Order: sequence, then structure tokens, then C-alpha cells
Amino acid sequence: MLQNLQDRFYLNFIADDRWKYLVNGLKTTLTVTFFAVLIGILLGFLVAVVRSTCEKTGKLKILNAVCKLYLTVVRGTPVVVQLLIIYFVIFGSVKIDKTFVAILAFGLNSGAYVAEIIRGGIMSIDNGQFEAGRSLGLNYVQTMIYIIFPQVFKNVLPALGNEFIVLLKETSVAGYIALEDLTKGGDIIRSRTYDAFMPLLAVAAIYLIMVLVFSKLLGALERRLRNNERR
Amino acid sequence: MKKLAAAALAGVMVLTFGMTAMAEGDVLVMATNAEFPPYEYREGDDIVGIDAEVAGLIAEKLGMELQIEDMAFDSVLAAVQTGKADIAMAGITVTEDRQMMVNFTDTYTKATQMIIVTEDSEIASPDDLTGKTIGVQLGTTGDIYVDDIEDATAERFSKGFEAVQALLQGKVDAVVIDGEPAKVFVSQNEGLKLLDDPFTEEEYAIAISKDNEELLEKVNTALNELKEEGEFQKVIDKYIASDDAAEAETEAATEAK
Repeated sequence: MLQNLQDRFYLNFIADDRWKYLVNGLKTTLTVTFFAVLIGILLGFLVAVVRSTCEKTGKLKILNAVCKLYLTVVRGTPVVVQLLIIYFVIFGSVKIDKTFVAILAFGLNSGAYVAEIIRGGIMSIDNGQFEAGRSLGLNYVQTMIYIIFPQVFKNVLPALGNEFIVLLKETSVAGYIALEDLTKGGDIIRSRTYDAFMPLLAVAAIYLIMVLVFSKLLGALERRLRNNERR
Repeated sequence: MKKLAAAALAGVMVLTFGMTAMAEGDVLVMATNAEFPPYEYREGDDIVGIDAEVAGLIAEKLGMELQIEDMAFDSVLAAVQTGKADIAMAGITVTEDRQMMVNFTDTYTKATQMIIVTEDSEIASPDDLTGKTIGVQLGTTGDIYVDDIEDATAERFSKGFEAVQALLQGKVDAVVIDGEPAKVFVSQNEGLKLLDDPFTEEEYAIAISKDNEELLEKVNTALNELKEEGEFQKVIDKYIASDDAAEAETEAATEAK
């Protein structure tokens, strides 16, 4: 049994340098996730600000409509379909870097969810906070920056962290456009060795470790932000 | 609550029924990847093609009912190995690596790996593939051979037609795929051509789990009977026109356009 496992380990990871599929896949997965998160935060933040400004002040009606359309489309269709549309339809006849396509697709997708998380955070802040800010002579933008956002950030952090964990795992569908991410790396090994057990478990373990590390970092950040709550 | 219980019961019954059907062995489950014309592809609701029809004839000889499961090509052999399917027919080339994991029946057809390029491509022979980006279907022999080409990058798609689509859109320089599907892909898409030199030559067979020697024997007997009776050739002729006829067809099609 042990010998058998050893042989399979050798066949799946050592022979023909197959472990490289996993390492290179991991690099791709991390690159895509990292930049998609950046795009997601930026886009989500902008959309959330537009949406909540419209709700609170009644301005930016057109922009708000555009944002609503974006949210409807992105949240109403599966990310795999969006990915395929961006690769085969939007960039239909150009040779384009697949990593870039994946970053764009997952970034756009994540942005919609982040937007709603942040908007929820903004709306959860008591109206009295806005009024207090305004009565102190701060204008709308200043109130937002100095009074609302610091509170919002702390409140939405757990939900935001959750969204990034989801995003990290969601990138596993990048293989649909022949991008060799971690999951695809495991699939390639599987297609060479015809063994499902080792490659799939290895891939699962690597995702799990990444999520554990990320949760740990997030927990540390949350604790730090809570330092000022009790004096 | 009652409704829920009834639903659960119905679910259990369906499950048990499914299992007994499997256990009694009156259903022959075939794993395939129905995106591989003319061997297997979808026409309306049905999966048709050479493999599908031959499997139907084999099932008939065994007195079983054929059930086709469509999945990604790289899962086909795993399905047989783990008992989720009884046989796998998906234009599977016999290779040494694969023989370690599953049993193969006698081979039933010769095949080639062909190279598809765009009409204005500078690639004229397999040697020109060095350093190029090549689209393949994950887990196919084309995929495995492309690994050995110097400096070439393999773009591994889950489906053969996606690789062809990527070629049409200029995302890859060439596609290496089995000859017969390659001919279909080229005839269906303008601006593509096949290179004359085949990339490799190989043979297809049916894959069956190593634990099921009995079925292997039965299928082999049925397959040989079909070959002797000429039924097998009839199926091939139905789907693959001989080379001359195919060329005439392509010419006619080009003129029509």
C-alpha cells in the first residue's frame, strides 16, 4: 500500500517534472487573483460611492443607472460565461494575453459583489453621523472621507475577505480559456497519468493552504483595526 | 413535512432503481466526449457518430441497452477506471501510458494526428511547428506529442472546437488534432487548411476497466463479429467518405461558395 502510494506520488509529481504544472499554475492563480482583487476593490468602491451618493442626495442619476445595469448583468450571469464572452467574443479576433483576459473577467465580476458589500457598509452607518459631519461644517465629500469611510472599512472587512476567498477559488474556472492555472495544472497531470486521486487532492490542499493563510492575515488586520474600540 | 418525506422517498427509489439497473448489467454505459465529429457528436438531442453507432451495435449483440455519457475527454478514461462507465469510446488512441490504467479491446480503426493552419500560414510541415503556439485538446495524443516539440507552447483547450476557434481568431498558430475531426473542422470553417503530412499515425480502441476482463472478452467478440459481417464497415462508410469522394465534396462546396 505504502509502496503503491509512493509510486503514484512519483508518477504524478516527480516523473517528467510534473510538479512544475502545479507550481506554474499556482503562480498564474495568484497573479490573476491579486490583480482581479485590485480591480474589484477599485471598481466596487467607485460603484458603491455612486450608488450611495444617488440614494442619499439624489444626484448622479445617469451614472447610477449605468452602475445598476452593470450590477444586474454581472450578478445575473455565471463567471464562466463572462470569461468565455470576454475571450471569444469581446476580444474575438485578436491575439491577447489570456492572463490579462482572466484578470479582467474576474476583476469585473468581483467588482459587482464588492460594490454591494461596500454600499451595504455605507448604508449601515447611522444618518446621524452624516448630519453630525455636515453640522461641523464638513461638506459631503469630507464627511464621507473623514467620518463615514473609516467606519465602513472596519464593518465590511469580514464580508470583503469572504469575497476574496470566493474569488481565489473562482479563478479555478480559468482553464476554460486554456489558461493554465492551478486547477488546470492538476487537470493536465490527470490527463497524463490517468490518476484522479493524487493530483486532485494536491490541488485541493494547495487552495486550502492559500485560504488558511489569507484568513489568518485578514484576522490579524481585523484585530488591529479593533484596537481603538476600547480604551 | 409529508410532502418532503414523499419527495425524499421518491429520490431514494430513483436512486435504488438506478443502482439495480447498473447491477443487473442490462445497461451498457459508454463514456465519450461528443465534440469529436465524425466519431461522436451531437445531432439534435442525440449523440451520433461512428463510435456511438458501433457501441449501439455492440450493446445489441450483448443484449444490453446503450447509455451514452457525454463528458470532457480527459475524464473519459477516469470514468471507466472508477466504474462510472462500462466502456469508453471516444476515438481513444492506444498508448503505453493508457494501457497501464485500462484494458483496450482490439483496435478498430487507424487514425492520424493532423495539423490545421490558416490558409495564409507559413507553417508547411510538422517541422515548422518549432517555437509556435499550438492549440490542442487536453489529454488527447495531440496534446501529449506537442509536449515534445521544441520551444512550442501548447494551449490546452477542453474542447477540440475551441482550439479551432482560437486558431480562427489568430490566438494560436496551428491546431494538432485527430485527422477525421480535423477534416470536419476544416470543411466547416472558411480560411483553414490541413497540412498534407500527418503529424503521427495511431490506432483507436475501446477502453474497459482492468477489473472487467469478462466484458473485455465479450466486447472483443462482438467487435470482431461486426467486422466480419461487414456491419462495421457500413458504419464507417456512412460517416467517412473515401478520400476521393471527400475531395470532390470539398471542391463542390468551394465552388458553391
